[in-house]
Amino acid sequence: MANIINDETIEYVGILAKLELSEEEREQAKSDMGRMLDYIDKLGELDTVGVPPMSHVFPVQNVFREDVVTNGDLREQMLSNAPKEKDGMFVVPRTFE
Amino acid sequence: MSRQYETVIGLEVHVELATKTKIFCGCSTAFGAAPNTQTCPVCTGMPGSLPVLNKQVLKYAIAVGLATDCEITRYAKFDRKNYFYPDNPQNYQISQLYLPICRNGSVEIETKEGRTKTIGIHEIHMEEDAGKLIHDEWEDCSLVDYNRSGVPLIEIVSEPDMRSAEEVIAYLEKLRLLIQYLGASDCKLQEGSMRADVNLSVREVGEEQFGTRTEMKNLNSFKAISRAIAGEAERQIDLIESGAAVVQETRRWDDAKGESYAMRSKEDAQDYRYFPDPDLAPVAVSDEMLEEIRASQPEFRNEKKKRYKEEFGIPDYDIEIITQSKHMADLFEAATAICGQPKKVSNWLMGETLRLMKEKETDAQDLCFSPEHLAKLIGLVDDKVINGSVAKEVFEVMFEEDVDPAQYVEERGLKTVNDEDALQKTIKEVIAANPQSVEDYRNGKEKAIGFLVGQTMKAMKGKADPAAVNQILRRICAK
Repeated sequence: MANIINDETIEYVGILAKLELSEEEREQAKSDMGRMLDYIDKLGELDTVGVPPMSHVFPVQNVFREDVVTNGDLREQMLSNAPKEKDGMFVVPRTFE
Repeated sequence: MSRQYETVIGLEVHVELATKTKIFCGCSTAFGAAPNTQTCPVCTGMPGSLPVLNKQVLKYAIAVGLATDCEITRYAKFDRKNYFYPDNPQNYQISQLYLPICRNGSVEIETKEGRTKTIGIHEIHMEEDAGKLIHDEWEDCSLVDYNRSGVPLIEIVSEPDMRSAEEVIAYLEKLRLLIQYLGASDCKLQEGSMRADVNLSVREVGEEQFGTRTEMKNLNSFKAISRAIAGEAERQIDLIESGAAVVQETRRWDDAKGESYAMRSKEDAQDYRYFPDPDLAPVAVSDEMLEEIRASQPEFRNEKKKRYKEEFGIPDYDIEIITQSKHMADLFEAATAICGQPKKVSNWLMGETLRLMKEKETDAQDLCFSPEHLAKLIGLVDDKVINGSVAKEVFEVMFEEDVDPAQYVEERGLKTVNDEDALQKTIKEVIAANPQSVEDYRNGKEKAIGFLVGQTMKAMKGKADPAAVNQILRRICAK
């Protein structure tokens, strides 16, 4: 494995992903991520000189909508996806700014 | 010998665009709706939903870019800015990092000393707003309303070219006016349709390197911005003077307490892992589209000021005030087109309108009376249907609820009484009731006539032509 994920990196990725991993899971994730990076590194073997960066996989551009209201009140449907609701709003754990 | 410091400021200004619908879905953006009644799978981040760009958002962004002398990016695209926060249902905000729609612009401001200064604009990008979080103290949880999620924003990022709170405010006022003239937003700081984040650092005068900057949020009035700039510059200078270092961080300004505090902890690392949004097709701005937007740019303030001077011949001072708001300028032009009397229209705007705006704390853009009604009111005075003080009374009602002045005058019976007999009768009664004043007038006391005119106007409930009353009184008293 060419890419070695150290403890510090896996800790940081865990913070970004809001994941709490057990000792065992951390070791597993370190080796999985290392192998994934190795796999991606294969792309580096390609000669991309003169190839413009691709921003989209399909050759389409300028897909627009007109500025016209098409949606009505879908609150009930949207809230039916919420684990918990109150006063017409989604309930989430207390969040500080 | 104390050291001299200079404050260096750059702004990130978010402006909510005046579109009818959100940036990527057909939900309404109308203000004040019940929570979550303007949401759909796209703006609540449901899996499988697909965003489609609102064309008007692109047009407004380009229009603002042209008005601020920016280069328009002919091939632009959207990127995802990843972060976890419940006001952001997708766990990423769709924004633009790599190819923003506008770059390298500038606006000119006037400084306190009356000089002009150019403030550079680094870029303008399009992005979506987040939802609103409400904290529920009772149940120790937070409630989310996604009506604002997906409302279109442009973020205007300036260069660090400002050196004082005055320059910052001049810059914001300039942007606000340009955008209001374009009709791209109402730019109300208090209501959050214009929001400014202040990036500020200090350095010793003469130093070339910038100091470490902080970013300040939650500034929702020009006064709060001024106070926050003064407070933050002082905090940073104190840190440096005491030998400590300024930490690069985001701080929240508490205007009531007059101090700021650090907002994010280390747990919320600012690592947004931007990448191109694969759900949105890139935007290619064609020559035709650019020309169409350029051709429909409105007349901006400086051109308007020049034209008003040539076309209407009203005083510079009036022009200055009227063109300060696009809405007031529109009112002026429309009313003048109807009644053909620019000076009279201007007088109503400069006099009663400004007075009532101050008294009732109304913004120029919220003036509700129509130009048709203002022109009609001027006509009623010209035709002596009502007198000046009745007109002011009627105007006050128009200011509140845009009544038709002719109809209002008719219904309330406010027409000036031109019936000489009725006037004579009232005047005779006033004379009979005030023999002393009549005596005084006859003995040469000019002031007494004013008192008698006042009494007559009162008896007529204001519905007389004071000049006519004056004339009749003099005639009768002279007998």
